[in-house]
Amino acid sequence: MSRLLPFIGFMLLVGLFGFGIWWNTQHDPNAIPTPLLNKPAPEFNLPKLYEPAQTVSKADLLGRPYLLNVFASWCVECGVEHPVLTAEGPTLGVELVGYNYKDAPDDAKGWLAKHGNPYALLIADEPGHTAIDFGVYGAPESFLIDAKGVIRYKHIGPLTPEVVAKELKPAIAAMLKEAP
Amino acid sequence: MLPELGQIALLLALLVAALQALLPLLGAQRDVPVLMAVARPAAWMQLLLVGLAFAILTHAFVVNDFSVQYVAENSNSLLPTLYRYTAVLGAHEGSLLLWALVLALWTAAVARFSKALPLPVVARVLGVMGVVSVGFLAFLVFTSNPFIRILPAAGEGRDLNPLLQDPGLIVHPPMLYAGYVGFAVPFAFAIAALLERRIDAQWLRWTRPWTNVAWACLTLGIALGSWWAYYELGWGGWWFWDPVENASFMPWLVGVALIHAQAVTEKRGSLRAWTILLSIFAFSLSLLGTFLVRSGVLTSVHAFASDPRRGVFILAFLTIVVGGSLLLYALRAPKVLGGKPFQVVSRETALLISNLMFAVAAAMVLLGTLFPLIGDALNLGRISVGPPYFGFLFPLLMLPVVLLLPFGPFLRWGKGDAPVLKQLLLRAGIAAAACAIVAAFLVDGQPKAIAGVAALVWLVVGVLLYALKRWREMPRGRRYPAEMAGMLLAHLGVGVFVAGVLLSESLSVTRDVRMAPGESQRIGSYEFRFDGVHHTTGPNWTADQGAVTVTRGDKQIAVMHPQKRTYPRGQVQTESAVDAGVTRDLYVALGEPMDANDLEGAWALRLYYKPFVRWIWAGGLLMMLGGLVCAADKRFRLKRSAAVSAAASDGLLAQETRA
Repeated sequence: MSRLLPFIGFMLLVGLFGFGIWWNTQHDPNAIPTPLLNKPAPEFNLPKLYEPAQTVSKADLLGRPYLLNVFASWCVECGVEHPVLTAEGPTLGVELVGYNYKDAPDDAKGWLAKHGNPYALLIADEPGHTAIDFGVYGAPESFLIDAKGVIRYKHIGPLTPEVVAKELKPAIAAMLKEAP
Repeated sequence: MLPELGQIALLLALLVAALQALLPLLGAQRDVPVLMAVARPAAWMQLLLVGLAFAILTHAFVVNDFSVQYVAENSNSLLPTLYRYTAVLGAHEGSLLLWALVLALWTAAVARFSKALPLPVVARVLGVMGVVSVGFLAFLVFTSNPFIRILPAAGEGRDLNPLLQDPGLIVHPPMLYAGYVGFAVPFAFAIAALLERRIDAQWLRWTRPWTNVAWACLTLGIALGSWWAYYELGWGGWWFWDPVENASFMPWLVGVALIHAQAVTEKRGSLRAWTILLSIFAFSLSLLGTFLVRSGVLTSVHAFASDPRRGVFILAFLTIVVGGSLLLYALRAPKVLGGKPFQVVSRETALLISNLMFAVAAAMVLLGTLFPLIGDALNLGRISVGPPYFGFLFPLLMLPVVLLLPFGPFLRWGKGDAPVLKQLLLRAGIAAAACAIVAAFLVDGQPKAIAGVAALVWLVVGVLLYALKRWREMPRGRRYPAEMAGMLLAHLGVGVFVAGVLLSESLSVTRDVRMAPGESQRIGSYEFRFDGVHHTTGPNWTADQGAVTVTRGDKQIAVMHPQKRTYPRGQVQTESAVDAGVTRDLYVALGEPMDANDLEGAWALRLYYKPFVRWIWAGGLLMMLGGLVCAADKRFRLKRSAAVSAAASDGLLAQETRA
């Protein structure tokens, strides 16, 4: 019997690992909880990409919900996300605000000229300091911000059709239902 | 075209591995020499095919073939050529391919250096290694194919993680894997012995150098990883009890136990079942480490991208290989207590105690590593035990090892004599106590540092006294056979390591400071002067580089250049500057500028003074060297005829085991 002990112990471990795999399919291990979720978005005041003399602050955008999309021309995955934004953007029911992150303005403009511009408004954060307040890990990232300036949803990585259908749209629907 | 060829090579390798697993094992069971003879050519064929696949993937990196998805994700046309070679190992698929390659290398080595063993044993050992190879190659082909193309090809790759763009990481993964995979040899031997229903001292003698070399590689791999973490991560630590580190440390601990248990079994015939169990454990923990790193079950700072499909695959594989082995062990392990009898005071007892301590330490590390998972399972929430748990329990378990280590060699097999031990206790004890008292004045009475000095003297004097005894009592030429010399070196390494850990942990000085150009900071007798920051560029990065001049008295010691690099995708990476020395390291890491618009102004800096920190890795290197020297002993390399005749006269044959 004692010779079976190592085997039994190991099978217990296997059970634990099986549970671990199952648990991770239920709980997204990559979901980095953002402390800002359901909290007011950080204050910002950033120049417009095309008219750097004008700045846009958080207060300017209060009153209507919008999707803040962090992107950059150097970011390969942003190229993957871009067609999705272009196709799905008009169907979302909120405005798209482009947040150009750590990018040379000319590179960003060139990139948008080549791939198309789905954004209603474009702001630029070349030094990337404001992005730290938002807790940006890297581009692309998207923040859904409601009319009161509260972050309602956040997605790290490219928005895929699946993410848009399963996460973003329900989040928008819930937000609009709450505050029509 | 080439990547497709690599793909085909991998598929063929999988087929060959399946043949290597099936036919020789079947042949050994049915006693069909033709089938058993398949093992060796299959091993060579596999090495050829996996080697080809690896070479093709490396080629794709070197020529920047971004039509291969794995290359596009882990390389970049700006990447320096040297790092294009290492980028192959930069993520899951490539490092798994390296695993398969190292396994193929070890298998081929076994095929080459096993002439002294009977054919059925060779067939079984290579067959078991074939089973392992099937698992890894199938894992590669079905869940982690490195040769997948993207159409149209990416114009530019995404870049290798900047943390991995470092010379230290060129040798670290291959060494680590050589260690993990090397434990497959004693494992395969143990399974073969269980299948054969007997454990022959000759075969065991043949296995010992393999265990030693595997363990030495693992030691070097871990030491390199620790050294890399020390200078690259920028916070001056050398070990973090991170799940991935623990994954490599567990097989190492069991490996220490296995090396010593094998010596007892080979020389005295005792502890046979234990040796077999440890052989299974050492390799199982290597597999488990791979599982933990790649399944995403545990989150870690350097875990690979996780994918539940991969987790399920490795778990199934683990269950078959490890579960099967342990079941076989339960059915077939030797039931009779064998071997020559021994008394309480004997070398056997000392080795048994150390074995127990290392096995318990491995179990302790496993438990601590899995704690978050257990917390989830029992619905206690995410609990992670971390350094306080390990930092308390591990030294506690190693204390008896350090105290008993000098006695081990002095003890005789079977029965030790007390007077010799008392003499040793007196001499080494007095030396240690005397040095500790002197040290107490030098280190301001820091208990950890005093313990470090005492442990160092206790271990080193103990080892040297034994070396002296051999010198006096043995005839020239028989004083230090390689096995003995290796043991002495490794034990000295333990002393150097323990001293390094305790002294650097207790005497290190860390200072987080704000420094304007021209300002100075003093640590001990060292004066650190900050000379400002300027901009510099490398092949694929730009950096703010600080200059810190260190002086001691009137003498300039070093000009250090810590950097803060920015890589093409915007990743920021600190490069600390280290001025290394035997008795101390000076270490400077660049933080943030106080004013983001004034890079020429004041900066946050982190200064470290780390005494004896290098001894930690020096101790590791000595242990590694000991393992290698030990493996080189001529005793382990018997000619075929000698092996057969020696086996006939060996006492173990009479004690063959029956289920």
